[in-house]
Amino acid sequence: MDLFWQQLINGLSLGALYALIAVGYTVVYGIVQLINFAHGEIFMVGAFGAFATWVVMGSPKEMSWQMAVFGLLPAMIVGGMIVSVSMALLTERLAYRPLRDAPRLAPLITAIGISVFLQEFVRLFFGDIPGMPDAKRAIPFPTVIGITGQSLHFGNVTVQISAIFTIGALAACTIFLWFYVNRTKTGRAMVATSQDPDTARLMGINVDRVIMSAFAVGAALAAIAGVAHGLRYGNIDFRMGFLAGLKAFTAAVLGGIGNINGAVVGGLVLGVVESMATTFIPGQFGSPAWKDVWAFVLLILVLVFRPQGLLGAKVVDRA
Amino acid sequence: MLEVKDMVVAYGRVNAVKGISFSVEKGQIVTLLGTNGAGKSTTLRAISGLLKLVSGSITFEGEPLDGVPAHKIVERGIAQSPEGRRLFRKMSVEDNLKLGAFSRKDTAGVKTDLANIYELFPVLGERRHEAAGLFSGGEQQMLAIGRAMMSRPKLLMLDEPSMGLSPIMTQTIMRTILKLQSEGVTILLVEQNASAALSLADRGYVLEVGQIMFSDTGKALLGDDRVRKAYLGAD
Ligand SMILES: Nc1ncnc2c1ncn2[C@@H]1O[C@H](COP(=O)(O)OP(=O)(O)O)[C@@H](O)[C@H]1O
Ligand SMILES: [Mg+2]
Repeated sequence: MDLFWQQLINGLSLGALYALIAVGYTVVYGIVQLINFAHGEIFMVGAFGAFATWVVMGSPKEMSWQMAVFGLLPAMIVGGMIVSVSMALLTERLAYRPLRDAPRLAPLITAIGISVFLQEFVRLFFGDIPGMPDAKRAIPFPTVIGITGQSLHFGNVTVQISAIFTIGALAACTIFLWFYVNRTKTGRAMVATSQDPDTARLMGINVDRVIMSAFAVGAALAAIAGVAHGLRYGNIDFRMGFLAGLKAFTAAVLGGIGNINGAVVGGLVLGVVESMATTFIPGQFGSPAWKDVWAFVLLILVLVFRPQGLLGAKVVDRA
Repeated sequence: MLEVKDMVVAYGRVNAVKGISFSVEKGQIVTLLGTNGAGKSTTLRAISGLLKLVSGSITFEGEPLDGVPAHKIVERGIAQSPEGRRLFRKMSVEDNLKLGAFSRKDTAGVKTDLANIYELFPVLGERRHEAAGLFSGGEQQMLAIGRAMMSRPKLLMLDEPSMGLSPIMTQTIMRTILKLQSEGVTILLVEQNASAALSLADRGYVLEVGQIMFSDTGKALLGDDRVRKAYLGAD
């Protein structure tokens, strides 16, 4: 039974990471019907932005845990967000907006191009920024005293503090998103635009601005995920966005693409399934190598039996 | 108040509106008549800034509208209730109405106007928290008009408000339009229901395949043979 609880916690924290990224896929898709395949790289540059913030702060190593948790960590998150959000807005403005009326395939291919561009850019040039290490290989993520490597024990169940951070961040973001979507003017404009962009324009909504907000919100959450990833695995590298992005996209589809709650649920379900599969499926099929296989088997099953996703995709309703 | 001159609007390479000119004077009800596909909705969409002009011009209160984005046109005082109502069906009545007031900053004024809409259409007030998609066709049309009114427009454009409604409901909607006119709103009314529209209109324009065939006062058009034959079902 301990093993079950242990794997549940592991799965939820992994799933929270997926969910934080998945929201970005889903809000952008909900509004412009674009699968932003570069979103995994927005997550990656967020992690690098957080790292760079730490370097700019003088690479601090010795400090009290209070300083680390309430000073260093928020600063790194904000730094990561600035980088992720600027990059997302830049790609929207320069690459996607000019293609808004083009056939669907054009922005999709562009997204893949941006994804490769950002990976290669970080790989080749991150080390050229004064003070930054070479990024051709993985870079150790800064230690946040009080979080990195710390854990709590409940009987035989071990809970990493980084896992608590990830799950807590997802909870906070979910509450923030609920409030944003339901209680703010921009949020209502976003929902209206996702339902019917032309009619939203007739209401006086600046649809370009709504699209930018969608990219920005998704990128901000991806940056938090980037920090969570760094804390969890202890290092970051230019390729980290690929698999994480693919998983998060899977999570978004699983939950119902376009549906924000769906992205959260889809992420958590995916994380738990992966973690349970490697523990409870016997023989080689339960080996860690099969973890990704089970994730995609789950996706295929959902797409066959419930194509709209677990919570239902946003159905664009037009009269 | 509104002056459309030699306007050409296209979808891709196909011209849907082929050089039309008409004007709407302050305080008037002007109607655009025409069968399906004549270019009426295209005309309204172009005025609202949803479509770009190929050539020609639109002037509102003496200012050109070309290049003005759709959301700014609402701020200038032109609102549209689009064809098929296009409500945000899953949102409540109240949320729909509040979206209609999106560009306004005067919170107190918005509150007053909400109350006025609920007074004008009591059924909307009674069920303000229900989803818009749950209402009958006539009630949805009331909501669509109310939503457009929430921006406090000087010019209200209505695209086929009688579409799919019973004759009695159509009457109610037409009476509402007269009432709005009496409150000082100028109205551009697109209709296929020529008799209903002409009985209110100060002026009517008849559109056929993207061109204005003729125009006259509402009364004169009601008696016009060409209109009677083509749009009023007389032989
Ligand atoms: N979105 C569109 N894409 C291409 N052609 C369109 C579109 N909307 C309308 N049209 C064409 O433009 C012409 C005018 O249409 P419309 O303005 O909707 O007419 P009406 O409102 O008078 O019925 C029609 O021939 C119609 O087929
Ligand atoms: Mg029409």
